[in-house]
Amino acid sequence: MPAGGRVSVLPYGALRRAMAIDPAVEVGVEQLVGRARANDEPVAGVAPSRLALRRLRRNKIALTFGMLFVVVVAVCLAAPYWSHDVAHTDAFKNHITDQVDVGGKLKDVVSTDGVPIGPTWHGRFFLGADESGRDIAVRLLYGGRTSLMIGTGAATLTILLAVALGTLSGYFGGWTDTIISRTLDIFWSFPVLLLGIALGTALALGGLQLGPVEIGGDSLLIPLLIIALVYTPYMARPLRGQVLALREKEFVEAARAQGLGPFRIMFSEILPNLSSTIIVFFPLMIANAILLEAALSFLGAGVRAPRPSWGTMISDGVAKIVSGPHQAIVPGAMLVLAVLALNVFGDGVRDAFDPRSKLRVER
Amino acid sequence: MSTREPILEVRDLSVSFATDEGLVQAVDGVSFDLCAGEILAIVGESGCGKSVTAMTLLGLTRSPNARFAGTATYKGTELLSASGKQLQRIRGAQIAMIFQDPMASLNPVMRIGTQIVEQIQAHEEVHGEQARERVIELLERVGIPRARERVDAYPHEFSGGMRQRVMIALALSCDPSVLIADEPTTALDVTIQAQILQRFRELRDETNAALILVTHDLGVVADLADNVAVMYAGRIVEQGTLDEIFYDPQHPYTWGLMGAITRIDRPRRARLPTIPGLPPSLANRPQGCHLRPRCPHEFGECPKVPPLAARVEAAPGHRDRCWLTPERKRRLREIAPGEIGLVPKAPTPATPGRDAA
Amino acid sequence: MARFIVRRAISMAAVLFVISVVTFAIFNVIPNGDPAYRLAGRNQTPAQLDAIRRTWGFDKPVTVQYARTMQKIFTGDLISYSNQVNVVGEIRQGFPRTLSLAVGAGIMWMFFAIALGLYTAVKAGRFADRFLTVLALIGISMPVFWVGALMNYYLGFKAGIFPNGGYVPLTQNPLQWAYHLIMPWTALSLLFIGFYSRVLRSNVLDTMSDDYVRTARAKGISERRILLRHVLRNSIIPIVTLFGLDFGSVVGGSAILTEVVFDLQGVGQYAAESIGQLDIPPVLAITMFGAFFVVMSNTVVDVVYAALDPRIRLS
Repeated sequence: MPAGGRVSVLPYGALRRAMAIDPAVEVGVEQLVGRARANDEPVAGVAPSRLALRRLRRNKIALTFGMLFVVVVAVCLAAPYWSHDVAHTDAFKNHITDQVDVGGKLKDVVSTDGVPIGPTWHGRFFLGADESGRDIAVRLLYGGRTSLMIGTGAATLTILLAVALGTLSGYFGGWTDTIISRTLDIFWSFPVLLLGIALGTALALGGLQLGPVEIGGDSLLIPLLIIALVYTPYMARPLRGQVLALREKEFVEAARAQGLGPFRIMFSEILPNLSSTIIVFFPLMIANAILLEAALSFLGAGVRAPRPSWGTMISDGVAKIVSGPHQAIVPGAMLVLAVLALNVFGDGVRDAFDPRSKLRVER
Repeated sequence: MSTREPILEVRDLSVSFATDEGLVQAVDGVSFDLCAGEILAIVGESGCGKSVTAMTLLGLTRSPNARFAGTATYKGTELLSASGKQLQRIRGAQIAMIFQDPMASLNPVMRIGTQIVEQIQAHEEVHGEQARERVIELLERVGIPRARERVDAYPHEFSGGMRQRVMIALALSCDPSVLIADEPTTALDVTIQAQILQRFRELRDETNAALILVTHDLGVVADLADNVAVMYAGRIVEQGTLDEIFYDPQHPYTWGLMGAITRIDRPRRARLPTIPGLPPSLANRPQGCHLRPRCPHEFGECPKVPPLAARVEAAPGHRDRCWLTPERKRRLREIAPGEIGLVPKAPTPATPGRDAA
Repeated sequence: MARFIVRRAISMAAVLFVISVVTFAIFNVIPNGDPAYRLAGRNQTPAQLDAIRRTWGFDKPVTVQYARTMQKIFTGDLISYSNQVNVVGEIRQGFPRTLSLAVGAGIMWMFFAIALGLYTAVKAGRFADRFLTVLALIGISMPVFWVGALMNYYLGFKAGIFPNGGYVPLTQNPLQWAYHLIMPWTALSLLFIGFYSRVLRSNVLDTMSDDYVRTARAKGISERRILLRHVLRNSIIPIVTLFGLDFGSVVGGSAILTEVVFDLQGVGQYAAESIGQLDIPPVLAITMFGAFFVVMSNTVVDVVYAALDPRIRLS
């Protein structure tokens, strides 16, 4: 979420609050009927996750936007078909000197004074061309694959890292906790964007050597890793807090009394209880990761040219906005669409999983 | 007392909430009268609808998913259909409420004096300094020591008992003619509880205000009430004077409640009898008599809803909702001499709500 | 109070120390961070590199390098590696611009966020709420540099309503100052408005079901007064905390994207440019500068928090 600020991804406190955002609860009713409800909890006997899913199914807005995201993903996955069968070009080929047939009239892809063609709404150059005469629609779909790959990949990695760190630090406490927590604090006190740029710039120069694995400077894995890394503290901290509370619960005590080892307990007792938090975070995390990719690319520390991503396309488009604003509008709008879809859907998921939203009104 | 003109008449009051789990019928056909100076106790277990009844009178349960039926008339004003402005004039000034949890019922970031002055100024043209003096006087009246200093304190600087006194002072600040106290002493120590109850009695005598006491504590009821209404699962199951309810309880549920109090005039028992099972979910109540799944005396009539009717001769005000004849009730009550209790049905249904499903 | 200030001062010093060490360490650990390469230019020879290392002191132990750099930050003699400009001077130049951005945007986003959050909470579940909620989520879904670029192009370049870039100091002409900053303020505010209004909405909904609000209603005061004096007063406290932290970090130069896209040449833009060149001195100085404001605003937040909520005591 690039505010200018700390790519103001939700600050931690805010994330926690955000997770607790209430749906449109009818005010006051909960406390009135709360006691009566406490009684039928055992009667209902439905798993909370099932209840959450039921609530989510009823949230039409969230579902619509969730579907929208699925459509965006599907369209991006279809990039090769569009490129091959409809646009008859690829993401890199430039057509500066070519002409394109728009409804019977031949037009320059890029005019002699350097103005690229706008959306033709036909197969070729459906969304227009950029200054280098490349087909924006094709690049948009391929760029979407890049951005979505980085977004989902980074979000997954963030969650894996955060769960591992949060669980270890919350469960073991003591020195483990001190070391992990302090390290996270330091990362956290660093503006996300600055950290991202620093790592991005440094790694782009010479790649990264991770043991036997060598990652080239222009690999997509580099922005993916950076994004995953800088967001980890934001997620690890709330998870750690949750684990701290879970550790004291009776069922964990019981597991310990049965002689289960700490890792066994973490896997079979703690982890399942973190799942709703993880589910709630996931879509929001992807949205943030896509936005950070865009921000890093804009500042020259993300995906390397000429490979398309929504971020690099926006960044190119912004630089060339004067010759044709569609170069900036198209990728930006697509990114906003995807991120918005995730945010609205994520908002609905959070509402559905929020235990306080149990008492929703039938509409 | 019942010969006087009632100031509050509640007729067939029903409140239901549409929720995820279905329609929650919190209050179902509740009727009662309240006269000036009368203390009416509404008794029942948690979740029986007594608090909702009380709050509905002040329009505090209004929400988009709430449905109301029946009437509640206060001195000619119909409270259920009253406009926001009308309600605003009545709230605090005519009908005041004392809430259950004194810890949470005061605004934590406002000085207590300010909170009381706010109410006074909402209803009367009183200037700041004057209002403040009145608040200090009120605080002294409810027994808060050093009221002049404490008036500027925040709620967290008070103990629970003191906070409840502040709540009472707040409720009394505009001399209301009806006071609704929702479990006013539940959160308090026994000694404080006695002091607070004593205050209520004095207040009634001083101001002739009527009091609706919502509680599950029969000790408090015996101490204070003139009339009693016993609620179960949203309905009034028995209604009468204190003596009628305590010495000649008609409804098996009332017997159960009575059995659950310790009495020093009876030999000590190893264990207090309890009512087996749980009250039904308000979203899913048994048909007919709601007590059916928990009642050992169930018979053929019970699947029909028993009307609230006077069944005892020579006690027209004593009404109950049980199909059994008064003679049979008396016999059943005496099965276990010395205690009035329900005999557990075997096996005890673990989930009574299911039965009607 | 005195104890509180002393404790805060000590912890601030500790935080600044740790952050400076970590920043310095990051640049020494990350691959390709060696500043000699950058100073030497493209066609460097090993001999040149050696000479540069000697003159700049890169051959000294890391601790000595760190101590020297820190000393220079405080004496104001810190020189950039990439263009040999005085770092403290640059920051001093950029600061008024960054501060102007933060102050205007801060007022804007708080005002609109409170209005929007309160309104959507009151209308919770209705159409207005759903519509504005999606609008707020659009606000947090847009990259600020994209919004900024479109504003620049359409409102500045095409329509000519607002000036395209440029900065007029407040002391020189307050009207022109605001006129030149309206677009950056708006762009930066959009995200915060979206985000804060969501948080406030949920806080207000939480608070509305608190017992003391029911008490307030039972007192017979107007709904408006209940909303402002009881509900808002209690639910705004977390927002104030958030605001303190975000405002502090924007003042500290973290509104990088906004500064870059509007070419404000504030501290954040300087940070982005220096870090892109792995230029340690300015990055170190700006990081500490930013951390200083973040810690400061934390302290202010705590004081304000204690003032807003009498249950909280400063310690």
